Amino acid sequence: MNAKTATARARPIRVVLAKPGLDGHDQGAKVVARALMAAGCEVIYTGLRQTPEAVARVALEEDADVIALSSMAGSHLAFCRRLKPLLEQAGLQDKLWVIGGNLPQRDHDALRALGFKGIFATGARLDDITGFIEGNAP
Amino acid sequence: MSDRPRPEAAPLINESGITIQPLYTEADVAASGGVAMLGKPGEYPFTRGIHPLMYRQQPWTMRQYTGFGNAADTNARFKYLIATGQTGLNVAFDLPTQCGLDSDDPLADGEVGRVGMAIDTLRDFEIAFEGIDLDRITVSLTINGAAAILIAMYLAMAERRGFDVKGLRGTAQNDLLKEFIGRGTWIFPVEPSLKLVGDTIEYCATHAPKYSPVSVCGYHIRESGANPVQEMAYAFCIARAYADEVLKRGVPIDEFAGRLSFNFNIYGNLFEQVAKFRAGRALWAKIVHDQYGAQKPGSMWMRMIAGGGGSGLTFEQPELNIVRGAYYALISALSGAQTMALCCYDEAYTIPSEYAQRLSLRTMQLLIEEIGLCDTVDPLGGSYYIETLTNQLRSEMERIIADVDARGGIVGLIASGSIQAQVSAQAYQHQLDIDAGRFRKVGVNCYRIDEDDPQVEFHPYDEAGTRAQVARLAEVRSERDAAAVAGALDAVRRDAAAGANVMPAIVAAVTAYASVGEITAALTQVYGRYREPVRF
Repeated sequence: MNAKTATARARPIRVVLAKPGLDGHDQGAKVVARALMAAGCEVIYTGLRQTPEAVARVALEEDADVIALSSMAGSHLAFCRRLKPLLEQAGLQDKLWVIGGNLPQRDHDALRALGFKGIFATGARLDDITGFIEGNAP
Repeated sequence: MSDRPRPEAAPLINESGITIQPLYTEADVAASGGVAMLGKPGEYPFTRGIHPLMYRQQPWTMRQYTGFGNAADTNARFKYLIATGQTGLNVAFDLPTQCGLDSDDPLADGEVGRVGMAIDTLRDFEIAFEGIDLDRITVSLTINGAAAILIAMYLAMAERRGFDVKGLRGTAQNDLLKEFIGRGTWIFPVEPSLKLVGDTIEYCATHAPKYSPVSVCGYHIRESGANPVQEMAYAFCIARAYADEVLKRGVPIDEFAGRLSFNFNIYGNLFEQVAKFRAGRALWAKIVHDQYGAQKPGSMWMRMIAGGGGSGLTFEQPELNIVRGAYYALISALSGAQTMALCCYDEAYTIPSEYAQRLSLRTMQLLIEEIGLCDTVDPLGGSYYIETLTNQLRSEMERIIADVDARGGIVGLIASGSIQAQVSAQAYQHQLDIDAGRFRKVGVNCYRIDEDDPQVEFHPYDEAGTRAQVARLAEVRSERDAAAVAGALDAVRRDAAAGANVMPAIVAAVTAYASVGEITAALTQVYGRYREPVRF
């Protein structure tokens, strides 16, 4: 693992946490945002209904270390396929990409292939999410 | 984490903050306020039920939440459910429809028909309800931001089919204020949203007086992190905001209050839930009677749909959700719900299969046919525990409502994001409690098993169906009278700008086959779009 330890970081981990698409179920995203803040991260929560273009733009503008998506309504693969080239064009391919929500096991390989290193399906523990981000953020 | 049952000596506090005693007696009932608010079923304050005979006269309506793909797909599922014994319909719309976008909108990409049925124009509604007797099967539309348009479409479709709209029953969710707290399919800012709900209630009071234009939802507030008493109290605050909006227009309370209905959540402790509904029924009656001076008993009825509770279900060991669903149905029946829609066991994964929906229907039918839930009214009434809890929860709800009023009222607290911040802080605490095993979830933090991907049949997403939906919209656009549509949309803009009731203009627009997206765009030109206050 080549991630920096917490003490070696010059600044807190900056996480852009986005709700992709039209899904309005934001309870999980807000819970994760609070857990990340409690773990010492800086969280920029986008609010609902973000397009792939908006997620890439906010991630770039906010100098994100981590781009996190919360998807509950089944459109995760379609969204991530559109997001991947936009993040790459923005030079964000070395940032940590993670996704959580209603993500069936059978889609996990496809999400990994799209560059999402952390996949947290419904039922994931908050400690596992924050621990993964702390351990893998660039 | 330990699988041992919790130690008996630990103090027990329910989710509403009430300490639970190991034993209840008549002294506890007396200390909590006695039975002054109990009354008889069918009589004020309706603690024991809104009708004298309740299910003895008629069991609850069974109304599973259904919709996917296009109108034809959903029509086929509707017919399957009716053939399986379902007595009402509860329509799920896709997210573009819910957000007021047409199926060909770039923002709808990948979402058309995914979580519900895609509706663009009246043509889709005609197909969705083809062959269904709308006098026999009542229809509930789970639609909010775009509700004024979809209600107009439903009434126009029924009228075109030859049904008497004056006698037409049915419900729209149309609770726009709660969308800002949970669920999130808002479109317009808070004030015009409230005004639109007022428009629909006022319009229906005259044109469709048997139709329930609003189902005020504690459900999604609970899902967002509220506890059971907050769920009820905030819903009542929102219902009062709608009532105030309609009263402002000079419509007397008894001409519309009887058509307000409610949608509540049910997961959690059985006794707390049953007491919650009994307490809420009496409190709503008291509010409508004391604060609004209603005279008709029907105006004071807390009519409700209950049976779901998505947060209660688990991704882990999904077959346990079949069992949970049966308990939720039992709670709902013990609570005197008018309508049930049970969450299906596979809902944490996918759109429910026919098999899962049939299981949910059979669960309710078992209670009716075999288990004796329809034999007598309010069977838990008189239990020392239930009556004490009912009193305690009612007092707690009253305290929360007084607190909201003291802070300037629910509309301001929603507009500022205060309620959202409060429930989301609670949701975080709840998740910490689950992760630490303090709040126990079977299969999640106790009694876990190593499981492979569970045996759940995934509902396929039909890309071809999306293309067909877009093609049908294009066809409708080419066939309709373009000048009539433009004129109707102008009228919507004009009436919105004038602050008039926009429902007559919307009904005219849908009748001219204007689309959901076009009418929404006309309204946003006047009302603007909501911008979320993100507060933590």
